[in-house]
Amino acid sequence: MNATPTFPASSPAPPNGQRDDVVLRVEHLKVYYATPQGDVHAVDDVSFEVYRGEILGLVGESGCGKTTTAMAILRLVQPPGRIVGGHIWLDGIDLVRLSERELRRLRWDKISLIPQGAMNSLNPVLRVGEQIRDVIEDHEGRQPRKALKERILHLLHLVGLPSRVYNLYPHELSGGMKQRVCIAMAIALNPILIIADEPTSALDVVVQRVVAETLLRVKEELGISIILIGHDMGLMAQLADRVAVMYAGHLVEIAPVRPLFKTPLHPYTQLLIESIPSIKERKPLKLTEGLTHDLRNPPPGCIFQFRCPHVTEGCRTRRPMLQDVHPGHRVACFLYHEAVASGGTSPQR
Amino acid sequence: MRGLTWDYLIRRVAMFFVTIWLGATLIFIIPRLAPGDPVAAMVSRLQAQAGYIENSAEMIEAWRRRFGLDGPIWLQYLKYMRSVLTLDLGYSLAYFPSRVEEMIVDALPWTVGLLTLATLMSFVLGNLIGALMAWRRTPGLIRNLLPLTLTFTSIPFFMLGILLIYLFAFTLDWFPPSGAYARGVEIGLNWEFIKSVIHHGTLPALSIVLTSMGFWALGMRGMMITNEGEDYMILAEAKGLNPFRVFWKYGIRTAVLPQVTALALSLGSIAGGSTLVEYIFAYPGMGYLLYQGIVNTDYTLIQGIVFMLILGTATSVLILDLLLPLIDPRITYERG
Ligand SMILES: Nc1ncnc2c1ncn2[C@@H]1O[C@H](COP(=O)(O)OP(=O)(O)OP(=O)(O)O)[C@@H](O)[C@H]1O
Ligand SMILES: [Mg+2]
Repeated sequence: MNATPTFPASSPAPPNGQRDDVVLRVEHLKVYYATPQGDVHAVDDVSFEVYRGEILGLVGESGCGKTTTAMAILRLVQPPGRIVGGHIWLDGIDLVRLSERELRRLRWDKISLIPQGAMNSLNPVLRVGEQIRDVIEDHEGRQPRKALKERILHLLHLVGLPSRVYNLYPHELSGGMKQRVCIAMAIALNPILIIADEPTSALDVVVQRVVAETLLRVKEELGISIILIGHDMGLMAQLADRVAVMYAGHLVEIAPVRPLFKTPLHPYTQLLIESIPSIKERKPLKLTEGLTHDLRNPPPGCIFQFRCPHVTEGCRTRRPMLQDVHPGHRVACFLYHEAVASGGTSPQR
Repeated sequence: MRGLTWDYLIRRVAMFFVTIWLGATLIFIIPRLAPGDPVAAMVSRLQAQAGYIENSAEMIEAWRRRFGLDGPIWLQYLKYMRSVLTLDLGYSLAYFPSRVEEMIVDALPWTVGLLTLATLMSFVLGNLIGALMAWRRTPGLIRNLLPLTLTFTSIPFFMLGILLIYLFAFTLDWFPPSGAYARGVEIGLNWEFIKSVIHHGTLPALSIVLTSMGFWALGMRGMMITNEGEDYMILAEAKGLNPFRVFWKYGIRTAVLPQVTALALSLGSIAGGSTLVEYIFAYPGMGYLLYQGIVNTDYTLIQGIVFMLILGTATSVLILDLLLPLIDPRITYERG
């Protein structure tokens, strides 16, 4: 395992075309869940960066480890899960090393969360206003009631909610309204980074649009970076600046949104994009059998070998690392690594 | 927001009266289905004591009339209902010139005082212990000690009562073994009397609190553990809130709601007293009275006490229904 010692905020721009406006850098993150039959490698050696003011999409099929990655960044992996290794640099601080106390001060102030189950994420017996007030007062201290209420109402208006929501209980809100309350709460302390875990699933298409636009406005008007988790590739194409693709606990490709959709490199990404349904033409549904191996027993070699149409002998013994193929376009697949090494053009599908 | 409506209030109060009417009717029917004639039994008891009583048949007749046991059954029922409405519970069969409502008025304050305090203490302590047992931030030492406080739950409380009397009354002589206050103390709102009452109430209260605490603790622990996994608890953690705020406002506040319903029911049944505890400590409350009623087959007394029990339960359920929407916003004053 690569144990990079520190990543001071003032360090010079890293080599090979990396940018210096990195907000979050995840390095070799490993999160395992202990089970009686052995550890589930839910997140296995994942590294990526989030830049200032961008939306990074994190996609992949159900169970590939998206939520686990998100919760690890907040240091909120629930037992029996645990962070086994790696670093999470936020603003020059390694979150993996922080004590509970330091973490508590940093949470929500720097990183906030729009949780996957936003429907059940509000306390059922507290009014919306009180739940937002709690987080402001616990981080900034007691404040004059009136100014605080003004501030919370402003937050609600920002996400397009009427003032009366302040005095309502969660069960009196619709799903879309709850989702937007969660967004209002997430921006309350003006964090650097918001992790939005499938903020639009379980909503109808119209409400999805409203929530998506709210997220875009948060990014554009407040300049907050967002990690947007989801499996809706269409939504990703609209919202994300860059997209990271996960498969079975591994990051297999990460690229700016256009190249990723136009020329997806990793066979798994190609599969994902081909299976986006189109209204114009009726494609035969590609059979995707889902994860083919037990996450407790990852095979040696490439993680995608059992489903890959281009699999070779080498794929079964050596594991491809995530490498730059074009500037900013990284993929973990030997198809391209060898091409890069030999200086040839990358094969297209 | 839906507030309390007249419609709801009227419907709810009507239900209260129907409950009481049904309860009162049952009290009327059940003893009449039981074999034996209480008046004849009493007269023969007197006969046995006095050796011989003149014109006992006439006496039985007269007493029948006095206790409302003469005439056709429907007339008895109407008379009975009228006396229930005026809270006239009749004469005690065993302590004849005493009236049942007077006996109850004498006993009720003791029981209500003792049991309300004991129940509330047990509720607060039990829930706190249960919540701390479930909370993952509870310091390890405390977490390991807490289950010890619940060992008494597995002892029947009359056993614990006897143990307490033996230890603290006879061996150590810290507390009196029986009674509600010391003889010779002037009854009233004076310090001597209050001190004596607390002194006498400690052991009975302790035996109730220690043995019933576990019930609350186990319920609370289960609720809190379920709660810990809820999304809003994880979000509260993500929000970096003060751990104590999370514990109270996000943990206990939501977990305690089902417990409150159980509390209302157990407060409602207080009027029946705690027979065993009161008997062991010779505490002059409703439970002791009930014991005497049963021993003497004093039907009117038993009826009176059971009626108080029904009244108490119905009242506390009514109050609960009116209060619950205030503590749990998801419950509204709607139908149901
Ligand atoms: N408590 C647990 N015990 C054992 N394994 C777990 C546990 N929680 C999650 N996992 C495993 O970890 C893997 C990653 O789960 P995770 O919730 O991160 O997936 P996800 O990508 O967010 O999926 P989804 O899109 O369905 O939300 C899954 O394979 C899951 O089976
Ligand atoms: Mg998930």
